[in-house]
Amino acid sequence: MAIKVEHEIHTRRKGRNAGVGLLLLGLIGIVFGLTVVKVLGLTDVRQMERFDHVARPAIEPGALEAAERRAAEIAADAAAEAEASE
Amino acid sequence: MTDVTNQTRTTEAQMGDYFALMKPRVMQLVVFTALVGLLVAPVGVNPFIGFVAILCIAVGAGASGALNMWWDADIDAIMKRTVKRPIPSGAVQPGEALGIGAALSFFSIVLLFLATNALAAGLLAFTIFFYLVIYSMWLKRSTPQNIVIGGAAGAFPPMIGWAVATGSVSIESILMFALIFMWTPPHFWALALFVKSDYGDAGVPMLTETHGRDTTRKHIIAYCVPLVVVALWLGFTSIGGPFYLLVALALNIWFLKGCYDIWKRTDADCEADNHAVEKHTFKVSLYYLFGHFGALLVEAVLRAYGLTAWAGW
Repeated sequence: MAIKVEHEIHTRRKGRNAGVGLLLLGLIGIVFGLTVVKVLGLTDVRQMERFDHVARPAIEPGALEAAERRAAEIAADAAAEAEASE
Repeated sequence: MTDVTNQTRTTEAQMGDYFALMKPRVMQLVVFTALVGLLVAPVGVNPFIGFVAILCIAVGAGASGALNMWWDADIDAIMKRTVKRPIPSGAVQPGEALGIGAALSFFSIVLLFLATNALAAGLLAFTIFFYLVIYSMWLKRSTPQNIVIGGAAGAFPPMIGWAVATGSVSIESILMFALIFMWTPPHFWALALFVKSDYGDAGVPMLTETHGRDTTRKHIIAYCVPLVVVALWLGFTSIGGPFYLLVALALNIWFLKGCYDIWKRTDADCEADNHAVEKHTFKVSLYYLFGHFGALLVEAVLRAYGLTAWAGW
């Protein structure tokens, strides 16, 4: 059976119904958008760089210092080995 | 709240009528100041969360407007300025306004809490409570200082915007609050001096009618002086800077001069030039507020690009 206007209230309230429909769609969009932002942990804009799937030591807290310490240790070991071989 | 009897419209309410319940013109100020409070904060916010937060603040302000119209429907029906509002015109039933106001208040507060933090949501809830209970239900009909204390409700949005970003209240957000709070009385009293209101018929005590126009002129200058202090003080906080201070200095001299001119006038002067000075000062007060918040925004952009270093800031 085809859907048809059965009562004058359908036409009288058309504008209101459309408005409520749009508002509900907007609410769904907002809840969906918030979910995406929260689940992906994007709330802090400073962290958004992390999500380019590339290692970025510059934005890892303490990563640069750890890398420098490791490099210094390797250099010290190499110097000690060279000294011992002499 | 009493029954409204002079309903003139019988047609069905449309979306526009419900939107009018939310006082869209007041919402413009709320959105602008809340946005500035959010953008000048030192902590960045995800753009979508920022958008949702501003939307919640705007809807919360609109909800408090609907609740105010529900409560004040009896006096709105008496005053010419408000007789065309949705409830006195008969477009919307008082019960509908109450339902819409309560539902939108609840949704905006809960959504703001979920999107941001408890402090921002708590401040929004307090703003709605303050506007409805403290201002509309209590002060508006009982004291001529209603504008002064009720102005606090309009002063909260930048503080909420700041709380959205930082999760805290600080001297910067308190001063942004104080700027709007101190600005409201001279702004409205300048208007009250040249608009023939029928507040008296509606039983709302306005300073111009309870204490006279001379006292109102004195009150305008009395509030303008601390307003200048607050506005300039804001320039020396972390969100101020050379650009803001220059703009603030110019706007404060302009507005202070207008308030001083009003203070020096008599009723005879007002009648002679048809309230030209009062009308001019009212217009300046609008530029004043938007100018200050606009300057804060520009200052934040300049700071972000390191362009304030020229002044040694």
